Amino acid sequence: MSDQSVEMPEVPRSEMQTDIVCVGFGPAVGGFLTTLTRGLMNEDGTPVAESSVMPGMPPQVICYERADDPGFGVSGVVTKGRAIRLSFPDLDLSQIPMAHEVTSEKVLYLMDPVGASRRNAAFRLADKTLARWSEDHAFSLPFIPPFLKKEPGMIFSMGQFSSWVAGNVMGTGMAQIWPGTPVAGPLVEDGAVKGVRLVDQGVDKDGNPDAGYMPGMDMKAALTVIGDGPVGAVGQALDRELGLPDGNHHREWAVGMKVVVDLPEGCEWEPGTVLHTIGYPEPEIFGFLYVYPGNVASMGIFVPSWFDNPARTAYRYLQHWMMHPYIWKRIQGGTMRSWGAKSLQESGKQGEPHLVGDGFARIGEGSGSTNILTGSGVDEAWATGVQLGESVLELLKAGKPFTRANLEATYVHRRRHSWVDREADVAAKARNGFCRNALLGILGMGMTGLTNGLLNLPGDNRMPWERFSSLEEYYDGWIPAGEIEEIRAKCKAEGKSLHDALMDRVGWPEIPFDGQLLVSHQDALLMGGKVQAMPGYADHVRFGNPTLCAACREQVCVEACSGQAITTNPEKGAPLFDREKCVHCGACLWNCSRADPLDNTRSNVRFSAGSGGLHSAEN
Amino acid sequence: MSNEFHIVVCGSIVPDPLQKLEPVQGPGGYALKNEMMLPAVLDPWAGHALYEAANLAKSHPGSKVWLVCLGPKAKLQQVMMNVAQKVPFEIVVADGNASGFTDAFETASVLSRSIEAIPGLDRDRLLLFGGWQSASRGSGAVMQMVGEMLGVTEQFQGVDKLTVGDDGSLEIMERIEGGCYQTSVVDGAPAVLGWATGELPEPPNNPQVGMQNMQKIMPALAQAKPGDVSGSSLSFEAVQVPAQRRETRIVKDTPVDEIAREIVDWLSA
Repeated sequence: MSDQSVEMPEVPRSEMQTDIVCVGFGPAVGGFLTTLTRGLMNEDGTPVAESSVMPGMPPQVICYERADDPGFGVSGVVTKGRAIRLSFPDLDLSQIPMAHEVTSEKVLYLMDPVGASRRNAAFRLADKTLARWSEDHAFSLPFIPPFLKKEPGMIFSMGQFSSWVAGNVMGTGMAQIWPGTPVAGPLVEDGAVKGVRLVDQGVDKDGNPDAGYMPGMDMKAALTVIGDGPVGAVGQALDRELGLPDGNHHREWAVGMKVVVDLPEGCEWEPGTVLHTIGYPEPEIFGFLYVYPGNVASMGIFVPSWFDNPARTAYRYLQHWMMHPYIWKRIQGGTMRSWGAKSLQESGKQGEPHLVGDGFARIGEGSGSTNILTGSGVDEAWATGVQLGESVLELLKAGKPFTRANLEATYVHRRRHSWVDREADVAAKARNGFCRNALLGILGMGMTGLTNGLLNLPGDNRMPWERFSSLEEYYDGWIPAGEIEEIRAKCKAEGKSLHDALMDRVGWPEIPFDGQLLVSHQDALLMGGKVQAMPGYADHVRFGNPTLCAACREQVCVEACSGQAITTNPEKGAPLFDREKCVHCGACLWNCSRADPLDNTRSNVRFSAGSGGLHSAEN
Repeated sequence: MSNEFHIVVCGSIVPDPLQKLEPVQGPGGYALKNEMMLPAVLDPWAGHALYEAANLAKSHPGSKVWLVCLGPKAKLQQVMMNVAQKVPFEIVVADGNASGFTDAFETASVLSRSIEAIPGLDRDRLLLFGGWQSASRGSGAVMQMVGEMLGVTEQFQGVDKLTVGDDGSLEIMERIEGGCYQTSVVDGAPAVLGWATGELPEPPNNPQVGMQNMQKIMPALAQAKPGDVSGSSLSFEAVQVPAQRRETRIVKDTPVDEIAREIVDWLSA
């Protein structure tokens, strides 16, 4: 009997019931579970409400996290921490590894020391004008606008903070956090969410049943809490199912890429030092650097969707940023400890989805809580989780069901009357200027911030795939079109990255790999603590319409992939995807120059929940 | 005698092998830098033993599996949220040091005392499983000593296969020199089996198994007793990480045949 003719046994899909199911464990769900678990029992030891699935017990709460560890979150964080401090009034940062108070803060304008940055006349003028007051090609702004200032505040590693919060939550015994459990999507019936379906296991890369086939379990729940971030599968599915509220959109994105570095002996930076950078390696790219205790720093860049280079890369720009004289002088001799990347939803309030419905509530970054003016999201996400936690306790105590109306009257009401929403309203249009160019973007942010949102520069928010020009247009005046075609053909034939060749061509210096701080992209992947993708899962990155991909000249997904997991297909079809290299940053979801032919609100890339990914608690 | 076994698996956690490990001299002797910060996983050797134990229990109804862990409770709790989804077991926790700088005898003492305290454990049905080695305590001695302390003298190390006969006898394949196996037959439990890799893959995550396990795992973690391993006179003169085997060299325009040849030469060296 041939393998092809083997019939797969019929495996029934199992189903379980719980009271509350959460998707994703990040700061939002951390805030939610911290608040909820503290309030589920009365002081006399009786539950505040009875579980509907385990009579006599308090409500059963389960959280599914896609990654192998609750400390998966990839981010260095600087935050005022207002909501976090409210949850932990006696917070002692020394109890959380890599956490510290902010002790000094600077905004640096970085000049171009290599001459390859695509700066318009205004930036070139700024470089020239500020040179006399600069140090190591960097000008420190004498004044930090209040909306950017994070002092007094705290810095920490998202991974360490999440681990600490998860430990506290699980220690209560009132909630279970299940890592290594990707969720395929919500269970929707007549517009109401009834729970979630886990992904199938024992399938081939295309999702077809294979050895050990186990259909993903349905976990039914009275309330589904969606905190799966900006590219989460459940959030995406609900957005498609329900649409976004009128006028809202998910058009602005960024990918944050960072490294954690053991600083060299004698580095002048004290713990608590915070740097924000603008201007380099390209005017559209922002940088950050936070110094933790123990001579360790987290540093990186944000590459936004309005940076219109179709061959954009975060990794090589990160290395040029690290090699800027101001930074390099202080980190040279250090060692990379880990590396990571994540997508950020940069539409802020304008990206807010339907926050609640029958049986569901959305919190955190995927719910549009990130403040795009102050550039802060963790504390805001935490706050939305707390608001939902308080609301759920209120409903449980009152014996009320989790209907849209009840969640509107509690959670949405709390959110609308909180600082999170007030400040998000101020920030809503802060970044519109970036849709036109980096200079107007910076001016627009200043205008919004300094007038408290009264004045905003207008902008034309477009989907990333509506923004992309061709490479020939982008490099017009830098590289002749015919030469671009030659470079493209050569890279394709040799399987090399196009962005490297183009950056070399326009004068970016070669990266002098030193094996410590400047390492190849694949070495960074290994140093980041890559966890092997578990076998038996389907590929979580797919291409909706392969014909579109085959005809695509830009293949932005290949150039922008944070882990080099997406590569050009030598057989001219859709790009190839290697699950073993994916770090689940989600950049491919919006780094695509083609819209889905059937739905122009999404790209041609399908990004769903998968297992594995980066696993470095230092991230 | 029926073939119901009481299988006790000894195993703890180790830092994720992909993390950068750095020994540091602390007030209490050597330790790993930032040990409590490093993501942890179930010791791979113990993992093999646990999956074999679960498979054996599944094929012999009435059998039970306990996982006995010496390690920091908070870390164990996080790791168990993953491991608990793999196979059914009950956990017994000794809250203590799981670093690679503990004395094998002290570790064995804590484990044997924890096993002795398991309610309802039938010594006549006892199969004591564990890793033949450990990814942190590489002495390969702990399982032997735990067996000795519990009076179990039938011991097998480097086990890759266990077959239970209808009469309850155990046929055991142990790794020996030269890539060969030694096959032994023992009348039955009790026995100590230090597993090599066994023959089973890591089971997929099964959320239902996880939910069932967690009903007992969380209380067991809450009731963990301290596992003191500080009574040793063992001290380390010097500690160093193994030489890094990964070497990156950036080459350009090198034919693939030449690269392949160089890799083969390096492997052959």
